[in-house]
Amino acid sequence: MNILVLMKMVPDIVEELEIAPDGKSLDVEAVRPIVSERDDHALEQALLLKDKYGGTVTVLAIESRDVDEVLFTALAKGVDRAIKVATGEAILTAAEAAALLARVLPAAPNLMPVQLILTGCQAIDDLDGVVAPALAERLKLPYLGIVTGVEVEADGSRATVYKEYAGGTRGRYGVCLPAVLGVQAAPKPPRYVPVAKVRAAMKSRTLETVEAPAKEETSFLEIVAMTKPQETGHAEMLEGSPEEVASKVAEILSSRGLA
Amino acid sequence: MAGNIWVLAEHWRGRLSDLTPELLTLGRELAGGLGGGTKLEAVLLGHGAQGLAAALAADGVLSVDHAALAEPNPEASCIALAALIEQRKPQAILVPLSNVAADLIGLLPARLKIALVNFCRDVRVVDGRLEARCVLYGGKLEATVTVASAPAVIGVLPGSRPASAAPSAAPPVTEVPVELPGDLRVRFEAYVDPEPGDVDVTKQDVLVSVGRGIQTQDNISLAEELAEALGGAVSASRPVIDQGWLPLTRQVGKSGATVKPKLYLAAGISGAPEHVEGMKGAALIVAVNTDPQAPIFSVAHYGYAGDVLEFLPALTAAVKARKA
Repeated sequence: MNILVLMKMVPDIVEELEIAPDGKSLDVEAVRPIVSERDDHALEQALLLKDKYGGTVTVLAIESRDVDEVLFTALAKGVDRAIKVATGEAILTAAEAAALLARVLPAAPNLMPVQLILTGCQAIDDLDGVVAPALAERLKLPYLGIVTGVEVEADGSRATVYKEYAGGTRGRYGVCLPAVLGVQAAPKPPRYVPVAKVRAAMKSRTLETVEAPAKEETSFLEIVAMTKPQETGHAEMLEGSPEEVASKVAEILSSRGLA
Repeated sequence: MAGNIWVLAEHWRGRLSDLTPELLTLGRELAGGLGGGTKLEAVLLGHGAQGLAAALAADGVLSVDHAALAEPNPEASCIALAALIEQRKPQAILVPLSNVAADLIGLLPARLKIALVNFCRDVRVVDGRLEARCVLYGGKLEATVTVASAPAVIGVLPGSRPASAAPSAAPPVTEVPVELPGDLRVRFEAYVDPEPGDVDVTKQDVLVSVGRGIQTQDNISLAEELAEALGGAVSASRPVIDQGWLPLTRQVGKSGATVKPKLYLAAGISGAPEHVEGMKGAALIVAVNTDPQAPIFSVAHYGYAGDVLEFLPALTAAVKARKA
């Protein structure tokens, strides 16, 4: 069983996000890139499948700032191959990334076919598309998203896939392979790998590189403005030490019969 | 641009979703704003679901009935809806951003090579064109975009408009036949309902809810001590559940429970749209987060830009002191 995991970087939203001088985009220089959280879960799901059924896991990412470290981390976690698509760190929308990947994957050496392509079911910067389903459509593969568990039949022809609904209910689906799955969460939290092992991977392993074809224009949207949210309301902010604020909150709760 | 405004009438396990009547209000407004006889049509994909049509406040309902559409199936619904769009060429189709319709939102525009506008909080008609305001980066920024091509798929978040009232007369229903391949590659098998949890978070008057800011599993005890002092329970946002620190039954938000307690104390929760959806109806929301820009503060009544690890024990002590 061979699995491909697609990973991408997104801004760390714990940091302050700034709008670029054009007023229409994020100031990418000011952000700290981190791996998209759902993609990290997709990697974990792939590694759990490899632990159980054997086979290989390949990770592939479009070139962007700090992505090398993510790929080496994946190698340190037990991934067999890590491939970077050289784009000169061009900023791609989700629809553009899906279009690019649909052309890159079949052309990458010794990569396809795989039984499963796993990636996050969405990312925090998806605006004009969602990579996983858009890629599935372009590759003419079946797709299921918001996935929280995968089991594969011994012959690799079919998977049982769990999809999350509301209130903790899940749907169980049968999916013919090969397929693209959009992972919401792996059955276990993404595994930890010590920094020393990542450093060792940086010394002993190499990232493969494939060249990206010319960008295909696919976006139908025009961004008119990027703004901080217009707040419809805002909390009354309480000031002071934790003890002072706690005392004020206790008073508020008490006045409402809650404490 | 010609073509009607469509709303995907989302339903799940026999019930119309709460989002559908909101989208009908929005769709009505857009159809009116576009003028020129633009109609609002609801699209009902299902099997034996036509009984839901009477509750849809639309000018008409396009009903597609097929056994493969009995339960959510992204492959079947994408094929059916794509065929319908190609035949009838709407200007835009509003789709609720829920776990039921989310896969379709990603597939449909890719299949038809048409525009997608995702995570919309608002859509308006500006100079005869649709303009959407979309939530990005976990609610930290918003993009205003114009949709220059039709048809467009527009994924709409909860809370865009108040829900429409059921119509006094049922709208006319047009049955549209659809052909689906017999060998669908994605097949629904069964629902797996969660094991009953130790605590039903939807029935609590007080929830102390923990997010990423709680940092470690051990620190959850700080929230448990406060919940105990207040006679409530501990719930959580997605990152805490994904870490396995609390069971899925404690999750509040899109994939978890929708709660309306008397007090919701959000401890170290940033307030991503998926979480806010599940708790914005609480009577009193108190939020504590180290980031003063966190979106949770725009839904909270009271906020404190501070560290939950210091605040939680301080509040537990203050509550106990008041009771003593």
